[in-house]
Amino acid sequence: MGGSSFDAVPRFRLWLSPLPLVALAAVACGGPFPQSTLHPRSDFAGAIDHLFTSIFWWAVLVFVLVEGLLCYAVIRYRHREGRPVPKPVHGHTALEIAWTLAPAVILVFIAVPTMRTVFATAGDAPATALKIEVIGHQWWWEYKYPDLGIVTANEMHLPVGKPVQVSITSADVIHSFWVPRLGGKRDANPGQANRIAFRADSVGQYSGQCAEFCGASHANMRLRVLVDSDSAFQAWVRRQRAAQPPPPRGSVEARGRDVFARSACIGCHTIDGVAKGIIGPNLSHVGGRATIAAGLFPNDSLHLARWIANAPSLKPGTLMMQMPVAGADLAAMIAYLQSLK
Amino acid sequence: MTGSRGLRSWLTTTDHKRIGLLYFYTAFAFFLVGGLEALLIRAQLAQPNGHVVSAETYNQLFTMHGTTMIFLALMPLSAAFFNYIVPLQIGARDVAFPRLNAFSYWVFLFGGLLLNASWFAGPLFHAGRLNVAPDAGWFGYANLTERQYSPGPNVDFWLLGLQILGVSSLAAGFNFIVTILNLRAPGMKMMRLPPFTWMTLVTQFLVITAFPVITVALVFLMFDRFFGAHFYLPQAGATPLLWQHLFWLFGHPEVYILILPAMGIVSEVLPTFSRKPLFGYTVVVYSGVLIGFMGWGVWSHHMFSVGLGPIADSVFSATTMLIAVPTGVKIFNWIATLWGGTIRGTTALHFAVGFIAMFIIGGLSGVTHASPPADLQQTDTYYVVAHIHYVLFGGTIFGLFAGMYYWWPKMTGRLLSEALGKVHFWLTFIGMNLAFFPMHLIGLLGMPRRIYTYAPDLGVSSLNLVSTIGAFLIGVATLVFVVNLWRTRSRGAPAPNDPWGGATLEWAIPSPPPVYNFSVIPTVSSRLPRWKTEHHDPMPDPPAAPPAPVHVPGGSWWPPAAALGLPVLALAPLTHHVWLAFLGVAITIYGIYRWAFEPLEA
Amino acid sequence: MVTSMGLDSRKMAFWAFIGSECLLFGSLISTYLIYKGKSVVGPYPHDILNIPFTSVSTFDLLMSSLMMVLALAAVQRGDLKWAKIWLFATACLGILFLGGQVYEFSSFVREGLTLQTNLFGCTFYVLTGTHGAHVTVGVLWLLTLWVRALQGKLGPAQALTVEISGLYWHFVDVVWIVIFTLVYLIQ
Repeated sequence: MGGSSFDAVPRFRLWLSPLPLVALAAVACGGPFPQSTLHPRSDFAGAIDHLFTSIFWWAVLVFVLVEGLLCYAVIRYRHREGRPVPKPVHGHTALEIAWTLAPAVILVFIAVPTMRTVFATAGDAPATALKIEVIGHQWWWEYKYPDLGIVTANEMHLPVGKPVQVSITSADVIHSFWVPRLGGKRDANPGQANRIAFRADSVGQYSGQCAEFCGASHANMRLRVLVDSDSAFQAWVRRQRAAQPPPPRGSVEARGRDVFARSACIGCHTIDGVAKGIIGPNLSHVGGRATIAAGLFPNDSLHLARWIANAPSLKPGTLMMQMPVAGADLAAMIAYLQSLK
Repeated sequence: MTGSRGLRSWLTTTDHKRIGLLYFYTAFAFFLVGGLEALLIRAQLAQPNGHVVSAETYNQLFTMHGTTMIFLALMPLSAAFFNYIVPLQIGARDVAFPRLNAFSYWVFLFGGLLLNASWFAGPLFHAGRLNVAPDAGWFGYANLTERQYSPGPNVDFWLLGLQILGVSSLAAGFNFIVTILNLRAPGMKMMRLPPFTWMTLVTQFLVITAFPVITVALVFLMFDRFFGAHFYLPQAGATPLLWQHLFWLFGHPEVYILILPAMGIVSEVLPTFSRKPLFGYTVVVYSGVLIGFMGWGVWSHHMFSVGLGPIADSVFSATTMLIAVPTGVKIFNWIATLWGGTIRGTTALHFAVGFIAMFIIGGLSGVTHASPPADLQQTDTYYVVAHIHYVLFGGTIFGLFAGMYYWWPKMTGRLLSEALGKVHFWLTFIGMNLAFFPMHLIGLLGMPRRIYTYAPDLGVSSLNLVSTIGAFLIGVATLVFVVNLWRTRSRGAPAPNDPWGGATLEWAIPSPPPVYNFSVIPTVSSRLPRWKTEHHDPMPDPPAAPPAPVHVPGGSWWPPAAALGLPVLALAPLTHHVWLAFLGVAITIYGIYRWAFEPLEA
Repeated sequence: MVTSMGLDSRKMAFWAFIGSECLLFGSLISTYLIYKGKSVVGPYPHDILNIPFTSVSTFDLLMSSLMMVLALAAVQRGDLKWAKIWLFATACLGILFLGGQVYEFSSFVREGLTLQTNLFGCTFYVLTGTHGAHVTVGVLWLLTLWVRALQGKLGPAQALTVEISGLYWHFVDVVWIVIFTLVYLIQ
């Protein structure tokens, strides 16, 4: 008869199996994990995490039981010389019923909290909630605060502890708006608006990124949400709504504004009072953002210079062309942009 | 094997055994291609901001990895066993329509070649690069796939290649349904069929009902891209969600198409090596049938983040959780089969047990996906990539390897090395868990899928590195298997009719079988004809030679000829030469006419 | 040949094929219904569809099914003369139906409804075009059988192939009834 019997050597290998779990646990205890779903910071994310935790432990229970039975069976019933042909058992009706009902019952324990959470998290925020419109573009995020008259991009500010109603759509292909610490993802479908409602419960910065493959730079379509204290949020709103005073005559920023105003930038970008392009992000207050290019790079002179000079080399497929602005003109324009707080 | 030799005999073969071997070698080659694509992906992701491949190439790699593995590797590897083993298990001499069977194979080959030609076709399209492989993901969501957002030929290769492959699968579907229902040996009642044949039957019903839906979805995309239609264009009042619904109406039955054959193999291997009948045969069969039906009611669980609304989400959540019940039942019946048995640890058994162990994990992560709120943090992340690979690698591929070690002696007359087999198994098992287990955590820590790079501050860098090491370990393991195949094809120990002590009909005949399979078609009176049971003694094997010469149909050129028309037809939209469409249709129609009027004796 | 289910394998395969085709047409028809009323610009169905004309077309197809039944009966009883007549008649009515479709489509195009015009245009043309392609295949099949009959090679022994072609033809007819009802009659 072909095949060797199940020898003792493999037994120790079974003890290897917890190792990946141990390794993972070790890794998980590190770092800040800015996009972690396991560290919720809103009611929406918290409800999901709570539900997932309960399902997870049911899964662990089933895993231990069933894998345990399997491992036991293959060890206990190994072929040994002289073992007779086993009794041919064809089935057992009571057992079939039992192991059909038991999983079904466990599933009820999963289904009921699931349905509750589905409906609890699907509702709209109260009418007094802060409304934000998210519009996904290839490969950046546009935000509009309709009640506040604010238009910005990539970095969203929210007040802590207040209900927020986010409506999500796309200007081109399907994207997905996802800030894991603040909640589950919701697709940005062109021609439709999806809505999520949540309340962020801690001040802080939360990372997110597009979670539906949307083309060449899907990996580069990142975003930040800054949850501010009430006063900080109000200050941000004031800055966003304030008209930028023109830069002092003769300053480098004034020269930068002139460079901007006569370059192709105005075809795509809006800067209040200077340009009205709508293809790319609104830059009216770009100086106040921590990152550029949809969360890709820090907002500093070096990265601004590289980005303006050759965006396609940094973000494959981007619609932003290489800008023929260099030297003193470029430095001036960067200074101008950084002054737009 | 007995029979004529030479290239011509292989090109014109209509023998299910040869076609099975053709499927096996072709599919395994594509499996290696898909594996190479995976290794490149993992090399790129081993570190954040990797520079192994460009973004464009990466997007093509993950698209082709998924498409190749599903359509060119897993399905055809299953088809290799449908072809070789099912007629033997039911006591038939061949399938119902041998030439249609050959046609299915050649269409598969041509479709796979067309799809992969895109890796080198860039210069023909003035693309400025060599590779223009499909790059919109293996489920190609509209409206990214519209001409406006995917202007190159990449998506065209995809939609044309898949339509061709659909023809292959559909033809095989009709063939195997009729074969299993109509060509059974006397006494082979439906509830005496081996479980692998039963799962094959359910799979074929899923194929013939699900593939038309994706065909329609692809036709709509083709019309949008080539003829200016608006099926998925929001500006015209259409919705890209139509694609998702059509795709997943196909897509969910497709995952059962992928798993049921492997489950059938496990249901064969466990009893043989436990020396016990399959526990709960009736329940295992009915649960497979039930999964087939229920699989039609769960498709929108792939769309929980789309915003279908809480009622739709809840309904699909409930149906998805329900389908876990018949699936779980199978697992318990398998464990009960092992229980009380006397288990011989052959490599085939290792893979079958490994299937159960890995599928439990994949199934449990699937249950977490069934909860829409939880899924909103899991879908489109590495968590679901983990789920996919536990069920499709730990599930289907393990099952297929079990089938290979189990049935290779029958198919080739040589035993594979059990020593190398054990090495292959353990390296694969360890590699697989290293590669895919961390992905659960990587996803929960916020890394989406389908991204060519990721930020270092996400905190998933070392987990990604571990995953990459696991992937390369799988690569090494697969090489061990290839060495095993290569060495034993000429130097392997000759296989007897029945190396394992199997209960089913394929073990009653020589390894490999003569061209006519059974010298005398057996009459079957039980589910386990070759075992001694409480009810009967083992059935005597058919005599070594047939009492009278058995007529064996010769080969035919017309199946491959007719198949050739399809890629020619597909080239027409790719090259914008309408005459190619006429030529392709003409070749296919001519091939079909000659096939239809071919004299029966060739 | 003895079969396990007692049914000829070719007939069984064909029924499986018809099941598959139901899913094909079902998807096309469902898409038409989902997009009904969603076109952003006209022309709209009520502007363009000519029910009297298409009713005649539908009647033509129904009559062709009758011819098909008669053709099968003729082949089964070995009546080569009437087999030729009825097969040819079926094919002719099929060609007439296709001609009607061509005329209808070209008049729609003249009136401003193309594949590219709106959702009604693309769903209508792809649905009815797929059906038309099926009718075309059917016509070719029937003409092939007719030529076999002319060659004297279509006797009772070949009745099964005629029966299967009849199954196909009736199926295509039934699909048209559904399309006619859902697209033309219920607007």
